[in-house]
Amino acid sequence: MAARKSTSSSSSSDETKSGYKPKLPVTKDQLTSWYRDMLVIRRFEEKAGQLYGMGLIAGFCHLYIGQEAVVVGVQGALEEGDQVITGYRDHGHMLATGMDPDGVMAELTGREGGYSRGKGGSMHMFSREKQFFGGHGIVGAQVPIGAGLAFANKYNENGKVCATYFGDGAANQGQVYEAFNMAKLWNLPVLFLIENNQYAMGTSVTRASSETHLYKRGASFGIPGDEVDGMDVIAVYEAAKKAAKHARDGKGPYILELKTYRYRGHSMSDPAKYRTRDEVNTYRDTKDPIDLCGKKLIDSGWADEDALKAMDKDVKAIVNKSADFAKESPEPDPSELYTDVLIEG
Amino acid sequence: MPIEVLMPALSPTMEEGTLSSWLVKPGDTVSSGDVIAEIETDKATMEVEAVEEGTIGKLLVEEGAEGVKVNSPIALLLEEGEDESALENYTPGEGSSESSSGEKAASDTDEKTSKSENNDQEASSKPSNSSAETAPAKPQFARPDASDPEIPEGTKMVEITVRDALRDAMAEEMRRDEKVFVMGEEVAEYQGAYKVTRGLLEEFGGKRVIDTPITEYGFAGLGVGAAFGGLKPVVEFMTFNFAMQAIDHIINSAAKTLYMSGGQMGCPMVFRGPNGAASRVGAQHSQDYSAWYANVPGLKVVAPYDAADAKGLLKAAIRDPNPVVFLENELIYGETFEIPDVEDWVVPIGKAKIRREGSDVTISAHSRMVGFALKAAEQLSAEYGIEAEVVDLRTLRPLDSETVINSVKKTNRIVCVEEGWGQHGVGGEIAARVTEEAFDYLDAPPLRVHQKDVPLPYADNLEKLSLPSVEDVVAAVKQVCYVE
Repeated sequence: MAARKSTSSSSSSDETKSGYKPKLPVTKDQLTSWYRDMLVIRRFEEKAGQLYGMGLIAGFCHLYIGQEAVVVGVQGALEEGDQVITGYRDHGHMLATGMDPDGVMAELTGREGGYSRGKGGSMHMFSREKQFFGGHGIVGAQVPIGAGLAFANKYNENGKVCATYFGDGAANQGQVYEAFNMAKLWNLPVLFLIENNQYAMGTSVTRASSETHLYKRGASFGIPGDEVDGMDVIAVYEAAKKAAKHARDGKGPYILELKTYRYRGHSMSDPAKYRTRDEVNTYRDTKDPIDLCGKKLIDSGWADEDALKAMDKDVKAIVNKSADFAKESPEPDPSELYTDVLIEG
Repeated sequence: MPIEVLMPALSPTMEEGTLSSWLVKPGDTVSSGDVIAEIETDKATMEVEAVEEGTIGKLLVEEGAEGVKVNSPIALLLEEGEDESALENYTPGEGSSESSSGEKAASDTDEKTSKSENNDQEASSKPSNSSAETAPAKPQFARPDASDPEIPEGTKMVEITVRDALRDAMAEEMRRDEKVFVMGEEVAEYQGAYKVTRGLLEEFGGKRVIDTPITEYGFAGLGVGAAFGGLKPVVEFMTFNFAMQAIDHIINSAAKTLYMSGGQMGCPMVFRGPNGAASRVGAQHSQDYSAWYANVPGLKVVAPYDAADAKGLLKAAIRDPNPVVFLENELIYGETFEIPDVEDWVVPIGKAKIRREGSDVTISAHSRMVGFALKAAEQLSAEYGIEAEVVDLRTLRPLDSETVINSVKKTNRIVCVEEGWGQHGVGGEIAARVTEEAFDYLDAPPLRVHQKDVPLPYADNLEKLSLPSVEDVVAAVKQVCYVE
């Protein structure tokens, strides 16, 4: 049985030859950097999966493959100093905020060079410098915390917005609605970004949610919401830009339901019996966010196959370097066991 | 050199598996993400996806092979530009090219294979330097000078209720630091469900004194986010019974994040409110959570008794860079105590206080039970000539066991009093520490006085029977002193 063909190697040269150049609402630099950012996440996650298979990464490891357009599109719409917070499928968010792949990978392997010096792991990483506030392992807990970061923004009158991500599974947690209520009551500058990848672990949205249009979940609080094609980085960018402006203008929270898809299992030990291989392949073959973005770059005449291949090579080198770093960085010193429990003094 | 495809670990515990079927054959081209095989583990059948791009050169493990060790090579992948001749040069364990993953994988495989032969399963998933480690001794931090501030001679003492002392503490800290704000149910316009926040809204306005909806889980989490964002929230729970809905944020979000972030994410905030039994409000409104929070590293837990401690410790808690659980007691809000009339009265967290000196027995207690212990001590002195030393714990985490143990070394006996249930309680912890560190000084087994092991009843007589009383303390002291 032959393996599925990747669409990334299939050429779209026929279309470029026709000379058709679609008008895009973004610049060449934007789209090129987003393509690269998505590729970094994709290759990073593939490598993480590989290191997990080799026993170098342990415990829970939730890969972001397939959902890359969501974080990259949203990040493109944020400003310097805006905060980002999410749940446990968080590697993509960290890379999108500009955190160093070396430090993220080394945290996955539980080493001293990791962002939390090996004490947090895949689900618990943070960067004050990049305004990334985690990395939360309790489903939905990041939502009121994100509202609290937005509360601090309003209190400090700093004009910043907090991008608060959660999944379709977390969208059924009670505390999410407690946060919605207070966020609108006090008009906090927060974006509630529902990454609807259609499965909460193995339970599909239709089996878990009475109202499956999750962007409507803010209606009873007076929070506007839009449904967005989360596989299209440009669509995500435009929706997030509008939502961020709304929040920054003092009009309060905004909900985006980003329809996306994860190719890999919920975690590494997911037998994937709740969906068909065909379903996964259909997304990968026809809706892949990176392929779609690459096609747009080529159709616009902003890049050719060779340029994309060269980019992939660069990205692979970055990711391989992070894997090397993550293997070579030592385990944390035993004395680290007792540090960072409390701030002393 | 061809790239080795390794048998992957597909769960945190997998060591080996059965290669149940191949979905590719030599000559097939694969790209990253393609399913190449199915593997059966002890838990499930799982699909294996290719990580690299290339052409399948050779399958090294036959379909149906059982007990294939994790990380052993199962196939060879030819890279772009390589042909089958590359396979001839392949030596197991030396595969691969500049893309490096195969090469690294191979050396890791060697390391692991040799270890798993030693049946050292634990070490096989870890780097070599870790296998024989034992936990290091907990470092002994030099305690900062944690005694109460000196009261200058001639300082006037003023009378104040615990309620107003707490209010003054918040007001003074809000004047001192713009980042401090108070939020909770009925803290603003209603002036506090128990009037502890009376007058704060008028002085500080709605930006800093915030009525929340009845939404404990939500506003506790929001408070944590505000603290991450640089503010210093004082989150009031109408009672700690309702904080059970918020305990996930207090523990998982506030207490653990500093550690999980390698020290990046401090959470400077206070969770405060009345704790324990009030009066005739039944089981759901009457629980003492001292032992629950005192169990958790990453928190500080304070439970004051009198007005001076209530004020001084709350001011310290608000200034503390860590999350502090501040347990008050509704039944002592209205009690009046003397407090030194000084400019900035701050009592350090982490230090017990000897409330009454004595030579015959130590009584440890916190919060309202300190009052019971003091009454019992007077009764014991008057009726039996027993002089009890009463240690007010004040802070439950970090626990000042040094003061307790030094007292026991003098008195040779201890009774541990707490309002909550006994099992796995504060008294049990103190008894254990005393037994570990001052066993040879003990003339009697430590005794505990605590609530009876039932949900708190409503009926007046049953409620009294359930909660610890002064008489219970007297009886326990007589028992450890072997007095009839």
